Formats: sequence, C-alpha cells, structure tokens
Amino acid sequence: MTVTEALASGPGSSVPEAGGHAVTTQARNKGLRRAVRPALAMAPFVIYTVLGLGIPTLAVIEEAFRSDTGKLTLANVHTVMHGTYRLGFLNSILLAAITSVVPGILGVFLAYAIETSRSGVLRRLVATASGVLANFGGINLTFMFIATLGSTGVLTAWLSVAHLNPWNHGFNLYSFYGVAFVYLYFQIPLMVLVITPALGGLRPAWREAAENLGASSFRYWRTVGIPVLLPSVLGGMLLLFGSAFAAYATADTLTAGTVTLAPIQIGEVLNGNVISGEENIGYAIGLGMLIVLTITMVLYSLVRRRASRWLR
Amino acid sequence: MALRKLKAVLLAGATTVGLVAVAIPGSAATVRHASGVNWSTVTTLTKSGPTSMAALVAAAKKEGHLNVIALPNNWANYGAIISSFSKLYHISVNSANPDGSSQDELNAIKSDAGRSDDPDVIDVGQSFAIEAANQGYLAPYRVTTWAAIPAGQKAPGADWYGDYGGYVAIGCDSKTVKVCPTSFKQMLKPGMGYKIGINNNPTESAAAFAAVWGAALASGGSLNNIKPGVDWFQKLNKAGNFVPTVAGTATVQSGATNIVIWWDYLQASEIQALPGYAKRWKVAIPTDASFAEYYDQAINKGAPDPAAARLWEEYLYSTAGQNLWLAGEARPIELPYLVANHLANAKALAALPAAPAGVTNFPTQAQSKAAKAIVAADWPTEMGSDA
Repeated sequence: MTVTEALASGPGSSVPEAGGHAVTTQARNKGLRRAVRPALAMAPFVIYTVLGLGIPTLAVIEEAFRSDTGKLTLANVHTVMHGTYRLGFLNSILLAAITSVVPGILGVFLAYAIETSRSGVLRRLVATASGVLANFGGINLTFMFIATLGSTGVLTAWLSVAHLNPWNHGFNLYSFYGVAFVYLYFQIPLMVLVITPALGGLRPAWREAAENLGASSFRYWRTVGIPVLLPSVLGGMLLLFGSAFAAYATADTLTAGTVTLAPIQIGEVLNGNVISGEENIGYAIGLGMLIVLTITMVLYSLVRRRASRWLR
Repeated sequence: MALRKLKAVLLAGATTVGLVAVAIPGSAATVRHASGVNWSTVTTLTKSGPTSMAALVAAAKKEGHLNVIALPNNWANYGAIISSFSKLYHISVNSANPDGSSQDELNAIKSDAGRSDDPDVIDVGQSFAIEAANQGYLAPYRVTTWAAIPAGQKAPGADWYGDYGGYVAIGCDSKTVKVCPTSFKQMLKPGMGYKIGINNNPTESAAAFAAVWGAALASGGSLNNIKPGVDWFQKLNKAGNFVPTVAGTATVQSGATNIVIWWDYLQASEIQALPGYAKRWKVAIPTDASFAEYYDQAINKGAPDPAAARLWEEYLYSTAGQNLWLAGEARPIELPYLVANHLANAKALAALPAAPAGVTNFPTQAQSKAAKAIVAADWPTEMGSDA
C-alpha cells in the first residue's frame, strides 16, 4: 500500500479483521484496544518512574524510621532536626533561596535582551550554550573556579595587577557566598532556558495596543508585562530552588564541609570513609529534603497553572 | 496486529532478562563447588593435603577471577599489586569502583550478595571492618603469616586484619614555600605564604580526619580528646593559612595549595609521582604529632570466588606482597617482622619518611566514635564560613 492509499483509506478501515468474528466481539475488541493502546504507550514511562523514583522514595521514607538494627524508631528524625543537621538544612534552604532569586532576576533580563535582539545566530547560540552550562557542575566546575578566581587564580592575578584583587576586598571563594557565587554559573543559564518560552509568549500586539492607548513603557510593564510574566518567573525561581537545594558535589569539593549542607551530610554518612553505621541518619536527612522539595514542587505546579492562563 | 507483535517483543525481552537473572547466581554456585573442598569455609591453610597452599592455588586458578573493589591504581601501589598477582597466578582481577570509599565497599557486599561480581575481598577503615564483622558479612581467615601481624591490629576471631597504613604527614612545595613547616605549630605562623589544604571534609575522608587528630595531638589533645584539633584548624583558618577546598594533585599543580596534610604514602604516590615533583615536594612527619592508621583486609563471607579471595590474602601477606606495599611508600603491617628478618626491600624502606621515635598509639573503637561525633558537630560551626 502506498502512502497516498493509506491516507485515503483512513485509519481503522485498512486491515480487515482476520476470520469471521461476530460484530459485537469486534466492537468490544476495538473498545478494549482503544483503552489499552495509550496505556501501553505510557507503560515504559510508568515502569521507569515506579522503579527509578517511586520505590527509592518509599525506601528512603521507610529507612528514615528504622534504627541501625532495623527496629522502628523516631530517633533519626529527632537527630536530624537538631544541632549540626538542623544547621545543614538551614544553610541549604538559605543557599537555595539566594541562588534562585538572584540568578532568577539576572536570567530574566538576560533572556529578555536575547529574545528582543535581532540576531538569530545569537539567540540560537545562547540557547545551546545555556543547555550545556545549566548542566555543568561538580568537581570540574569547582576546579575551574579555583583556577580562575582562587587566591592564586589567573583572573585574580590579572586583577591584582590593577590593584583590584577581590581577595583583598572581602571576597572568599571557599565560603558560603563563594559557593553561592559559583552556583550562578549554572543557575543563570537554567533560568534563561526556562523563561525564554514565556518571554516569547509576550505578544508584540499587546505592547502596540498599550502604546496606542497612550501607555508609557513603564506603564506597559507595570500593568501588562510584569503581571503576565510573574507566575512564569516565580515558577522558574522555584525550579532553580530545587536545583540548588539538591546540588552536592560543587559545594562539597569547594569547601570540604566547612559550609555544611544537607546533601553533603547525606554524603558523609552514606558514602564516606569516616562515619560508619549511621546510614539511617542519612535517610532521615533525605526524608527532610523530600519534604522541602515536595513543598517546592506543589508551589511550582500552582504557579504554573496560574501562568498557563495567559501564555498558551 | 501491531499490538500482538509488540506483546511478543515485550515477552521475549522479559524472558531474556529473566534468563540472565537466573544464570548469574547459577554460574557462581557451580564455581563454588567445583573442587572437593568448600573453600568458603576454610579458615587457614594446612601444610599438606586438600587445604594446602598448592591446593588453594589450583582451586583459585580454576575459579580464574577475583573481584576487588575501591583500590585505586596509584594508592599504596595497588596497580602493581593487582597486575603482579594476576600475572603470577593467571587470575583475572575485576577491579570495581576504584575511587570508592569504605562505606561503598560495605554497601556493595550487602547489595551485590549472590551475584558473580560481588566483591570477594575488601580493604576498609577499621570501624567499617568492625561493623561488617558485627553484621556477619565477613569470613574469618588466618593467613600463613598471621603471627607477624601485631596483636592490636587484627580481630581476635580473624574476621579482619590490618594491612598497610601510614602517618599523617606534611607535604610542602619547596619551590614556592621558602621555609617548609615540619610541625603543626609552625603551620600556624601567619605571613609565610602558607596555603594549607587537607584532602576532603574530615567527616568524609579518613586522611582528613586523621589530620584533625594529628593537630589535636600536637596541641594538647589526646586520643580521648580531639577537640583541640578542630580548634587548631580554626586558628589556621583565622591566620589565613587554610584553603578549605579539596586538596590534591590539581590544587598542588595550580598552586592553590602549596602545603597538604595527608597520609605519607599518598604524598608519595600521588604528588611526588607528578612530573618534576619527586624532589620538589618535601614530605615530613610532623615533629609534634605522630598519628598513624592502618586499613584492614577482610574476605566477604559470600565471596563468589572463595579460593581466589584466600589466595589474594596469602599473596598480600607474603614477603612479595608486603614489599609491594612498601614500594608504594605505605607501611605494611608486617614491616617490623620484615625488618627483623632482613626481608624488607632496602631501597623502598630508605625512601620512607623517618618514622617518629617511640610508640605510636592507635585509637580504640570507642575513642574513634566519640571523636567522630565531635568533629561532625564542631567542624562546620568552628570553621565559621557559614552564612
């Protein structure tokens, strides 16, 4: 059968059923097939999600409430809500908050500048670069920053020639704010990626209409642009929050535990060389992180729903 | 029809997966009972008979492979040890996750149980060896040279046994540092251009933890009291001499750290092995603290290659094996015995940084546990770079 023939005959009518089935069975089979087919198409995804996400999540929750010997206990949860583990959560939440709001705002401006530029090459270049950089992290990123902005880094050396050595002006790469600074490197491109489609939805016709009615640029942004974009921007920031909250290797290699974060503490008990027999504390920290991330995701989906009202 | 085809493919796929899943433990089981002796229950060799060294070699050769885990090639000479064992006995060594940690090793023997790639032997920090023994994962075994292992460095039930270790040492780039410090006290001096690093977070890396312990011993602490060590690092940080990143070959070459506190054998095998660093990188055991630690060997109770596992241990604790560790500038556990019997490789022995005089004490399990709790709680707060 050629393509045109197939198109002409249309779906469902091309292959006659083999054998002489009764009409009712045929109809029932068709109904069944219609129900099974989409489910079957979804099956790989569902199986993958259950195996890769569902079961591990349940295991983390269960282990969080078990002692080292397997008895049910609340001790782990109690431990991780106090002392150094509490500090880890607070640091992680603060770090994630800073590194979602700041790159969130910077990312919007950057994306807007690129979106409104006339160069198609630039737009494609930035889109590709953002896709790569948003996923760049870990020990490579750490070393890149040490080599450029560490106390003996290349950029530091150049700046000190101009008497602008940032280390002499309170900058410390190996501190909490140093980690936040390094996170900008992948957070800004991530924001550019998530916000660009929303900016594309901002129709030029709205701006023209506002201008025809005598609105200033400021007025247009205050009453049209920002209200339309805000849910998408907030949604993007929540996504950045999740990304920063769960990041591990960059902070761990940069600060060697002097900045304590929840994921680093999980690393200490689950794959370290020092602390033994406290894996369940790690699961309890994991449970805490799951709760924080669940709250973030719920907020994200609420904000998304609001955003999709305007931008279709 | 398309649906039927898809179903058939899925079914075929599922069957293949099922067959593979069945086949893996099956093949391991056949190997285990191939010879007349069940090697997984042999706890020591006999001079002759079915459990002699010759019988062990034959059985191990028949198994043909050995699974090791978390053994980096440039760590304590493991690269050479693995290849010479493999060449000598014609046994292929499957080295999994070379950069793994002790906890990774325990996770592997727990989760890989029953599989043909389950680790046969492990090399872990002492607290991990004790934990694995308590949970019943280890097979007791006494190597032929058991008596040469010092009493305090082996489990009485032979579940685990010390293998090699070293001292906390100060490595220093003599090209960029004018006066290389040789004590913890000297490292605190400001304005000397010291950029001192440790190899990781002390609650993650045993070497970094040992650095804190060395600092404690140098500043009024003891094996019962590690707190002065954390305080020492706080002072170092305030003096502007501490670089809190993960120090290693990269930070040494880039100049981000010009001094590293690390195990003496890793200073040798990692940093001095860099081109041009053999003489330039000076290694000294601090004059005001001698802290040493040994790793431990153990055989997995469910080892898929029980004979090869035992042969591996015999090889490690033979004169050849011990001298290979020594060539990696690690101190093999039987070194005093080797020296006393003139069996040690003289050249490798001379290359070791001079060991401090007197007795080096090792922390007990209870002392370790208490110290870890203190470092875990105080390191992030005292190092003070939190927001």
